Amino acid sequence: MTAPAIDRATFEALKETTGAEFALELVDTFLQEAPPMLNELRHALAAKDADKFRRTAHSLKSNSNTFGALTLGAMARELELGGIAKVIESGGQPLDALAQEYSRVAAALTELQHE
Amino acid sequence: MSELRRDLRGGPARLLVVDDNKVNRLLLTRSLELQGHTVASAENGRVALEMLQRESFDLLLLDMEMPEMDGFQVLERLINDRQLRDLPVIVTSSLEGIANVVRCIELGAEDYLSKPVNPVLLKARIGACLEKKHLRDQQKELMRRFATPEVAQDLQDSGFWLGGKLVHASVMFSDIRGFTSLAESQSPEETIELLNTYYELMFDAISGHGGIVTVMMGDGLMSVFGAPMPLPDHAESAVCAAQEMVELIDLFNVDRQAAAKPPIKIGIGIASGEMVAGYTGTNQRATYTCIGDTVNLAARLETHTKVAQCAILIDQTTRSALSERITVEPLGLVPFKGKTAAVDVFSVDPGQKR
Repeated sequence: MTAPAIDRATFEALKETTGAEFALELVDTFLQEAPPMLNELRHALAAKDADKFRRTAHSLKSNSNTFGALTLGAMARELELGGIAKVIESGGQPLDALAQEYSRVAAALTELQHE
Repeated sequence: MSELRRDLRGGPARLLVVDDNKVNRLLLTRSLELQGHTVASAENGRVALEMLQRESFDLLLLDMEMPEMDGFQVLERLINDRQLRDLPVIVTSSLEGIANVVRCIELGAEDYLSKPVNPVLLKARIGACLEKKHLRDQQKELMRRFATPEVAQDLQDSGFWLGGKLVHASVMFSDIRGFTSLAESQSPEETIELLNTYYELMFDAISGHGGIVTVMMGDGLMSVFGAPMPLPDHAESAVCAAQEMVELIDLFNVDRQAAAKPPIKIGIGIASGEMVAGYTGTNQRATYTCIGDTVNLAARLETHTKVAQCAILIDQTTRSALSERITVEPLGLVPFKGKTAAVDVFSVDPGQKR
């Protein structure tokens, strides 16, 4: 994956419209909320809870796009629209990829916080 | 309602944001606060409905996908709630598919914004929504002032249509005796002030007994008991209202006497039976009214109070519907203009109350 974890333009626009201080606080909230969401996806997968799986993927998608984490957002969208069955078929691999991409996003966002 | 005293156009409003996702909730709240609005938030539909029961909001921003109670369920609850039916709702969702948008609009949502919500678009949509609400509130206020709550509710529930239905009800006509000469003997300001006090007292007594005033003309009032909402004991209610009206005028006369002003006297005629009730007029200007023989008879009875020197006159149908608590005096048959047969007329003692 060569695309940057965070789309700078989207992130700058967020800072501009909401105020820099608020945007950075919102990053904190996201960094707190996202790991439980990744966990929830795994639980939903184990429990074969299609509804919960789709809803969580949906939330993650929308939050990712807010911060310009476009690749993460696209991956979450694929999970939301593709459904749980596809992920079960591939042995949960898409969730590993998602977690990996999230690490990249978290690192990039943390870096932006300290800029 | 406080909304009316405040000009909402572009001004701040009280908004409620409903979203289960914390990032979305904070972000939307922030955008709206930056636009100058007061914002409260709820994390799911159930909490939102609880807040809506407790406080009043100008606009609801609603997410669709939520645990416990989702946005669709909230919309369904709002549409079936008389108090909350008119609360404007803007759906903010990243749900994909035109079917979801259509479903929201069908369930009464004003607008549908995809997430992430564009702040400029959001501002424009909220402005338009509040403007519409403002107009609706003004309309409701006008209706409240010029129509009775019953008529206003009837209009809101069933919409406006010209046409009538047959109802069983009691009609009352009342006016001030010798009002014209009274008006000529005092200043216009005094006359208007007198009329306002008189109206206030009469409306109080009439609506207090379940009646509605359908026509005001000078010092004359026409009221209906039993339409548009049915009233089981409409005849007795009308007579009780009449007694209270006379009593209130007596009290008012004590004040007038103290101010060295002549006392006023009122005459009331009541008839009961079948009549056509409905909206008449044109689509631009219409009024709720009742038409029929019963209505004409009530008007004749009111005129006859001058001749009979009685404050309250009623017809046979009204009389037979009265309970024993109210004693009436038969005045015998009276021939009325427009009536082929003479009519049995009864006088109600204004002194007896309930």
